Amino acid sequence: MTALTQFIDAFSSGSIRVVDLTQTLSPEFPSISLPPEMGQAWPFRIEEVSRYDERGPAWYWNNFSCGEHTGTHFDAPVHWISGKDLPNNATDSIPPQRFIGSAFVLDCSKEAAKDADFLLTKDYILKWEAKHSRIAPKSWVLMRTDWSKRRDPVEYQNYDEEGQHTPGPDVEAVKFLVAERDVLGFGTESIGTDAGQAYHLRPPYPCHYYMHGAGRYGLQCLTNLDQLPPTGAVVIAAPLKIRNGSGSPLRVLALVHE
Amino acid sequence: MQRQKRKNPVLRTRLPTLPPAARSRVALGLTAAAALGRFELQQCRECGTVQYPPREACQKCLSIALDWKAQAPEGELLAQTVLHHSNDLFFRERLPWRLGLVKLACGPTLVSHLHGEIKGPSEKVRIRAMLDRAGQAVIVALPDKENADMADDRQLREFTCDPKHRKVLVTDGKTRFGQEMVRSLAQAGAELIWVGHAEPWKKFAGFEELQKISQVTLVPLDVTDSKNVRELAAEIAGKVDIVVNNAEYHRSFGIANRQGVETARAEIDVNYFGLLRLAQEFGPAMRSRGADGRASAVAWVNLLSIYALANFPSHGTFSASKAAAQSLAQCLRAEMRPAGVRVVNVFPGPIDDEWNQLLPPPKIAPPALAKAIVGALREGIEDVYPGDVAQEWLARWRDNPKALERELSA
Repeated sequence: MTALTQFIDAFSSGSIRVVDLTQTLSPEFPSISLPPEMGQAWPFRIEEVSRYDERGPAWYWNNFSCGEHTGTHFDAPVHWISGKDLPNNATDSIPPQRFIGSAFVLDCSKEAAKDADFLLTKDYILKWEAKHSRIAPKSWVLMRTDWSKRRDPVEYQNYDEEGQHTPGPDVEAVKFLVAERDVLGFGTESIGTDAGQAYHLRPPYPCHYYMHGAGRYGLQCLTNLDQLPPTGAVVIAAPLKIRNGSGSPLRVLALVHE
Repeated sequence: MQRQKRKNPVLRTRLPTLPPAARSRVALGLTAAAALGRFELQQCRECGTVQYPPREACQKCLSIALDWKAQAPEGELLAQTVLHHSNDLFFRERLPWRLGLVKLACGPTLVSHLHGEIKGPSEKVRIRAMLDRAGQAVIVALPDKENADMADDRQLREFTCDPKHRKVLVTDGKTRFGQEMVRSLAQAGAELIWVGHAEPWKKFAGFEELQKISQVTLVPLDVTDSKNVRELAAEIAGKVDIVVNNAEYHRSFGIANRQGVETARAEIDVNYFGLLRLAQEFGPAMRSRGADGRASAVAWVNLLSIYALANFPSHGTFSASKAAAQSLAQCLRAEMRPAGVRVVNVFPGPIDDEWNQLLPPPKIAPPALAKAIVGALREGIEDVYPGDVAQEWLARWRDNPKALERELSA
């Protein structure tokens, strides 16, 4: 019996559960907003081609458009200037083995509920490890904040006059995860892997800067992280094979052993 | 004018009809002037005679050198009559209807529609060439002295698109102009004003003030999202009497100073496709309500730009998107006309907003632009060139389009 047949048996018997970590792609889902004078990513848009009508009598289909960084999406290292010259840094060239990895889920939901600008620190991670387990190399670290439960786009984006207020990791935490835990990447429920106010950290957007600079990946706009155990889940996150793509919307699945 | 009683929902909504629309090509000269709110008649270059109705040659000296020239809109009512019968579908539904003969100070005598406050013969009257529901110019006689309730006249209201007692959709309430537009409409007596705002998570200045206006309902509306436009139309299109489409994407780039097509595409998506989406979703319901009582569906206003006439290269891709929108608005005008719904195109010069920051004055102030649009709706004007800059460029463009192209690209 191979590992794969064992897996299929467990899967068929229902002892492995699939959790969908993906937000539905829809025009209402908030998009990344940059200052208006800058180039903008397309939000998700969909136009009907035909619906069993004179435009196509027996079939229904749509054209959709969106930026690479729309909805639940994957960030490749080439997305950031720090990762621009790395080998295998784009959606088409990343080795496919990297699209499957175990997940360590850090529950920061209480902290994020209290403080929208909550920053995950190295100290917080060490305490978490002491309680659960050491983060294994080549694993996803997913920051659970329950941000995905904010169904109102205004609450989800959480803007005020100083910009967006959403949680994320601080500089030292990111450096620690890359250098000392050799993670596969970092995932969040909010619209960026970095905090809403991360432009004001040093360097700006540290998670993008260090993760991508070290050839690691990002996942954002994840949901259902509250259905994952702290350790032991396996995440399947394969972006579209866009030539030299900087990222892609994708379906993120987690396998959980009951 | 009292607010009309609510519509009886068990009665059939009357279908729109139009007054007689046939005109000779030469008679369209009157329409061309009336579309701009001007009163022009043919005047002979040889003998100076002013004539009406329009003809191919001077009625006095037979010269064909006839120019359309602005005339003093003053005259005296010679005679009046009241129609109690008409075989024309439009008028027979609107009887009784008052008509009169007006002798103009400049010469000709005109058959005119009479405002209700004109009492009778030998009274001094003002003349206006106005577009009727068929989009053709007719002559309307107004009392010599204006008063506040003049616009409520039953006959006059058939020629205007007065916002009073009407329900309006303003597609973008996030801009200063959008907010001034809403305020002006509220002051003009609009009954309900739906105000669109895209990307609701982006806070905008003036949001609280908008909400304080009792007629206002804020609705999420992003004209780049077909589903959003369709769903809003499903909700309110059957009630909207006037659309003011001011949703606009404006960046100041030409071809050479912006890499790629993304900015230009965004301009086209909002300025052109936005209009197309709105027209497809709101147009049919409005067309069905072109004769729905005294507060019928009546007008569709497009915020275009003077740059739709000739490209302003430093805002080159924006100009192109507005030219595309103008062309589409002409299509919309043709499609709305059978229902008597007027498409009003507005061609301002630079608006005093953040995207024209680096242009020196004169720039049209948002309140002045809003006022001009309400004025155009009240007076039944179809093409609005608000402010001095737009008027000057219109004059230059009519005089010599090539010269304006060169001047704008200097």
